Amino acid sequence: MSKDNQILEEFTSKEYEHGWSVDMEVDEAPPGLNEEIIKWISAKKEEPQWLLDWRLKAFKTWSEMTEPEWANVTYPKIDLQALRYYSAPKKSKKPKSLDEIDPELLQIYERLGISLNEQKKLQGIAVDAVLDSVSVGTTFKDTLSKLGIIFCSFSEAVKEHPDLVKQYLGSVVPMTDNYYAALNSAVFSDGSFCYIPAGVRCPMELSTYFRINAANTGQFERTLIVAEDSSYVSYLEGCTAPQRDENQLHAAVVEIYAAKNAEVKYSTVQNWFPGDKNGKGGIYNFVTKRGICAGDNSKISWTQVETGSAVTWKYPSCILKGDNSVGEFYSVAVTNNYQQADTGTKMIHIGKNTKSRIVSKGISAGKSQNSYRGQVQVMKRATNARNFSQCDSLLMGDKCGAHTFPYIDIQNSSAKVEHEATTSKIGEDQLFYCNQRGISTEDAVALIVNGYAKEVLNQLPMEFAVEAQKLLALTLEGSVG
Amino acid sequence: MLSIKNLHASIEGTPILRGINLEVKPGEVHAIMGPNGSGKSTLASVLAGREEYEVTDGSVDFLGKDLLDLAPEDRAREGVFLAFQYPVEIPGVSSTNFLRTAVNQVREYRGLEPLDAVKFLSEMKEKMKLVEIDQKLLSRALNEGFSGGEKKRNEIFQMAMLEPKLSILDETDSGLDIDALRVVSNGVNKLKSNENATIVVTHYQRLLDYIVPDYVHVLYKGRIVKSGTKELALELEEKGYDWIKEEVDAAV
Repeated sequence: MSKDNQILEEFTSKEYEHGWSVDMEVDEAPPGLNEEIIKWISAKKEEPQWLLDWRLKAFKTWSEMTEPEWANVTYPKIDLQALRYYSAPKKSKKPKSLDEIDPELLQIYERLGISLNEQKKLQGIAVDAVLDSVSVGTTFKDTLSKLGIIFCSFSEAVKEHPDLVKQYLGSVVPMTDNYYAALNSAVFSDGSFCYIPAGVRCPMELSTYFRINAANTGQFERTLIVAEDSSYVSYLEGCTAPQRDENQLHAAVVEIYAAKNAEVKYSTVQNWFPGDKNGKGGIYNFVTKRGICAGDNSKISWTQVETGSAVTWKYPSCILKGDNSVGEFYSVAVTNNYQQADTGTKMIHIGKNTKSRIVSKGISAGKSQNSYRGQVQVMKRATNARNFSQCDSLLMGDKCGAHTFPYIDIQNSSAKVEHEATTSKIGEDQLFYCNQRGISTEDAVALIVNGYAKEVLNQLPMEFAVEAQKLLALTLEGSVG
Repeated sequence: MLSIKNLHASIEGTPILRGINLEVKPGEVHAIMGPNGSGKSTLASVLAGREEYEVTDGSVDFLGKDLLDLAPEDRAREGVFLAFQYPVEIPGVSSTNFLRTAVNQVREYRGLEPLDAVKFLSEMKEKMKLVEIDQKLLSRALNEGFSGGEKKRNEIFQMAMLEPKLSILDETDSGLDIDALRVVSNGVNKLKSNENATIVVTHYQRLLDYIVPDYVHVLYKGRIVKSGTKELALELEEKGYDWIKEEVDAAV
């Protein structure tokens, strides 16, 4: 075995940092999925009738659908009847302020490096923390509400702002959209809601931190972001889960609505448990994320750094409906060991002079499979639509795979669509060059990978960029190809 | 400083070096010349620790340490520098960032504090003058889209920053026009001291007009077949390598 392969082996044995779990008393639904369970969840959350009806309709739709199999991933079928669809930390009453949150819960987040204590908080980031099925607490709510910004858990939004929720829920991702979106619509438990009123530029980053703690429980959160005319918001999402032998399902839905001149930036650093080095356990991450640039001159930008999950199936997309609207997708997806990722984006050009930009950087190591799947669609009336796609793959070692599936559908002859793709390996020449300058092989890999992903990392807000850089270095510790 | 004894090395089973002996003392400049395929670049690579080459016999002592026993990065940290014939490109990593990582890892190995950004930049400014390199070039991705001359200049700039004890210049003159050659050579000359040594690997005498060697060695079929002073280089320039080849081949 060459030295490179040895180091590669070492890298594949790297442990997941957030694999711990905490024993605590929970309030949970019995396993199984049926109308009764949905009614149980809805009652638990004290939801209005219209939402229960909506859930039941989604359930009915879902029951008639079959699981999609077109993605370039293989995994044993999930027994959805064996899962629990609701699990919440037990508490006597709902905390009115952050001070009333159970210290045990706060500790979980402290351990993850997320402080819900506002005094100690990172400057300029408001956090909504979601544990299993419920939102634990949201910081900086008061500061934000002075500007008219609503940032709260989804459950709270249903109670406090039912009209807004009713208007936008399912407007971007209809419940009939796909198998997992329908499932989510039926059983979603919590998530974040964010509303930026017209003309307001949100002064801080808004962030949701998802944590799965309970075993055998699916996490189905729902995020809804509405940006009114000429508003701006930058939104961050982070996630981790304990290390368990069984696979766990995470099927989220994120909807973004951008009105005229509005801009929404959505960044994700996804670090769900990827399974162990033999491919045991890990999160199935089947997520539907979509934004609509509904108004003219609006802009939605997705940035994702994907390092976790056993299987990922995720295509953050933009519907460019407003004239001159802009959609962007920047992605770094890392797969290692037996991880499988099928991820990419859809850019649907409907309005005139719409522009989209796709920068996808895949990094495959170990025995993993990494696929980019992207669709660029230019509709009939989308005159002067422009798209630029760049899909790069970086391979480490010779046991992994990188795949690119671009779909282009043009119905307007004035469209200009460019697609560039490259595949490269971290070369021995590059590593030797670094070594010869006194840089260790591990640091050389981190340097090369961060350089490769730089264009995407640059899109992240500062604090996240640093975290993402460390995460990349950590995930690829000791890897060489 | 450097003592090479009976060094044999092969690549994929094919012997390239067949018994190299060379002594280099501090303050000296040695030129290694020879026809194509004689093993010049292999010697440079083996000293730097390139993995593809297998050392089958012999020893290399560098400042009292068994050089062949050290990993490539530790050789660099001990003070061996190789200016590459073909410097590699590392997209997205600026020369500045790259060098800072390198300098600080070398410092750590030597038990020194890392240089902070301010100190590092002022150090850089000073060394930039040596090779007349533009700061703009250094903020670009390492060697990406650099001209041949820029790449070689960047090599010498890195050498200046890392302050090696033994510098090996592998065909640094290849692909350089006369002006670039002068700039690069000036840089090398300014970095020379009584404490460090330089091995210049080259095909042509031209470079040796600028970097004047104390000793010239001719490598042929994996052995040093002739050694002399700088006059030997001039003789080679005039007469080519054939007469040496004939001499050697006749003796076999």
